[in-house]
Order: sequence, then C-alpha cells, then structure tokens
Amino acid sequence: MAQHKINYLSEAGLPVALTTVDKLIQWGRSNSLWPMTYGLACCAIEMMATGASRYDFDRFGTIFRASPRQSDVLIIAGTLTKKHSPFMRRLYDQMTEPKWVISMGSCANTGGMFNTYATVQGADRIIPVDIYLPGCAPRPETLQYALMLLQKKLRTQSASRKLKPKRLV
Amino acid sequence: MMRKFTQKKNAQKKPYYTDRFWVAPQVPKEEVNSDEIFAKDLEELKSNFDIKDAYIQRGQLVVYIGANENVEVLTFLKHKLEYNFLSELSAIDWLEKSGEFEIFYQLLSTSKRKRVRIKFFIKQNREIRTVSKIYKSADWGEREMYDMFGVIITGHHYMKRILMPEDWYDHPLKKSYPLHGDEEASWYEIDKIFGKEYRDIIGPENRDSSRVDENDTYNFSRIHHEVPFGEKPSSKIVETDYQEDGGVFLVKSLKKADSVTLKERP
Repeated sequence: MAQHKINYLSEAGLPVALTTVDKLIQWGRSNSLWPMTYGLACCAIEMMATGASRYDFDRFGTIFRASPRQSDVLIIAGTLTKKHSPFMRRLYDQMTEPKWVISMGSCANTGGMFNTYATVQGADRIIPVDIYLPGCAPRPETLQYALMLLQKKLRTQSASRKLKPKRLV
Repeated sequence: MMRKFTQKKNAQKKPYYTDRFWVAPQVPKEEVNSDEIFAKDLEELKSNFDIKDAYIQRGQLVVYIGANENVEVLTFLKHKLEYNFLSELSAIDWLEKSGEFEIFYQLLSTSKRKRVRIKFFIKQNREIRTVSKIYKSADWGEREMYDMFGVIITGHHYMKRILMPEDWYDHPLKKSYPLHGDEEASWYEIDKIFGKEYRDIIGPENRDSSRVDENDTYNFSRIHHEVPFGEKPSSKIVETDYQEDGGVFLVKSLKKADSVTLKERP
C-alpha cells in the first residue's frame, strides 16, 4: 500500500469521467482507425510517406494492416482501373463493419486525367466513399487532414446499430 | 449542364476527310547502298527471300517482306546475320485506308551495332505465325499485339490478353475504338460487380470534368453544406474546422497561452 493518501475530492478530481456510451465507443473507434495497406498508383507513395516517421500516422492510432479483416478504413490511393475494380470491391466486402472509405487523389475521386476506356470514373461507382481527398497526388498533410476529418465525423455519429451502414445499392 | 455531344467514334476518319490533301512529312529515305553493312545484309536477304522494298531511315534499315515469310526471315536474320535482339514489335492500324495492319519487328545486332526494321502488311482477320520461338521477347509483345489490335497469331504457346481483362470486348488500340470506350466498356465494372440490372441505379459515367452537380447524391460538391449520407442537401453552413467546439472526449486541446518554450534541456 502506498504511504501517502490522495484526497480525490480536493486534488485532481475524482478518477471518474462521465460520458455517454456513444462518445466512448466513437472515441475508441476514431483513435484506432486501421487502414488497409492498399496502394494502386503514385498516391500510394504519399500514403507510405504519411505512415512513415516524418508524418507519423501512428500518433493518431492509425496503423496499416495487411488484411481487410483487420482494417476499418480503405484508402483508395491511386488510379482504379476497370480490370482491378472487382478486386477492390471484393476487398471492401471482406472488411468488417463498421468501415469507412477515403478516396485519395483525383483519379480515385473522378477518374482524374484518365478520361479513358480503362479507368473507373470515380471509385464511388463501386463502393460508397466517406471522404473525397483532392490533389494529384495529395501531400501527406492532406491525407492526415482527411483522417482527422474522418475522426471528427465518427465523433459526431451515433454508435447505435440502428444507424444503417452505407450501401450503394 | 452537359457539353454538346460530338461524335468521336472514328478518330482516323476525321483528319482524312477534313485535311484530304495534307501529306504527313516523312523522314528522308536513303539508298541502302550508302551503308556498307546494310548493303551486304540486304544482298543476302534478297538472295533468299522476296524483298518488296528496302531503304535506310535515320540510320536504320527498313525492309518490307511478304506476310507469310516472317518466321523464315527472322530466323535468317538471327542465325545468319547476327541480329540477336528483338527490341520491339507491334502493329499499325491502316484499316480505314486500306483494310490492313502493318506489322513491324525492330531488331538490333549487338555485334554489328545496327538496327533493322522488318515490316509487312496483313489484311484484317488474317493470321500471322508467331516468332516467339525465335526471340523470347516476342512472347509478351505478340500477346499485346493481339490484345490491343486483335491481330491473330498462330503457334503462340499462351495466346491470351495481357493488359485488358479477359472478358473485355474489342481491341482498344484500333483507331475505330472510341477513347472513352464503347457501350460494353462504360458499363464494365457495374455489369461485373452488381449485374446489368443495376445500371439504372448507378447511372452512366460522368465524363465531363467541368460538370458540377448542385444536388450530388453524396453532397460531394457542396463544401460547407455537408449532411450525413442519404439526407437531402441543406442550406445550413457547416464549419469544417478540425477542433470541435465542445472539445474531444479525453483529448485536451492545446492552449497557446499555456505552452512554454524551454531555453535549456532539463
């Protein structure tokens, strides 16, 4: 036993925080957003830079996972081709609820400069997107800001199961 | 809102009819006799095969041969004339002009330090024989030629599309192929993932980069007017600052006044 005695009523307050279940759950979720290691093109280089030590995604509790089963966030980093689109959809379907999607860069948002036969004109044609991140390619700060906005979005949401997950169709 | 639609289906037809008398400038052709090594090589080729045309362009020998002799000519060039390296092969689409593909093989001799281009014409839907048994590098080149132009190659050990998905319709590098893709291409991912019956729900592709939809389904274009998914767009302005007004649960926000800059490391 410690020799000293802390008077919780006068010093530093009671070790109790009053909150709602929603806030607690979303606090947990928003500070442990695990994205999938999934790079499609040059945006992936910026995504890697964001995860590395200089910009350090880990301080947001954001740790890249190598499996869709373990991840909450899908960062579409790069050009999504039509040939690749079924695989992207499959990986999205394999992620467990709740899940969020950040569309990173012009190519993933709208097809970007690849206004051609082989490119999907916006990743939101096949999966629902939460945050559209402009840029070609976006700087690491921009991706960080997108993640912070996603965290903010989560904190305002209810954690109730009544809130239906996003579906395209 | 949308731009006026103009027919862009056949890119080759347009310059042909609007600039009918314009002739593309050509790199000057030289006589084969101007180069000693090439003259000797061509002499040997002529004694064995039917050579249709030959000239030197930019220091490289260009030889036109018959379409059914490509394997023999390339075998001869590799084993007898020391052209040991096939750097490139592909097709050129002249379907609009003459209904033909022009096939070329670019060869390099590392011992002679010379480059030769073997060319010939084939009609559409005619087959050519593979040269991948002579030059290994022709393996993927021929697959790409088939994928992009639809040139049929016989005797190849793995004749399959190399770039496009296997269930892709048509060959995209043909001049008649629209840049934005045909009907099949524009619905490819929807058909494959959701099924044809979902075409109406997802909607057609937006190919107009300047289009801004005020009532975007996902409120993509309404900055500061974002609403939760599926709800109607509102006129209420939403602040998008990162720091929430009430503060974040268990996360302290930094107050500039409270921060201290240390002069010395403690």
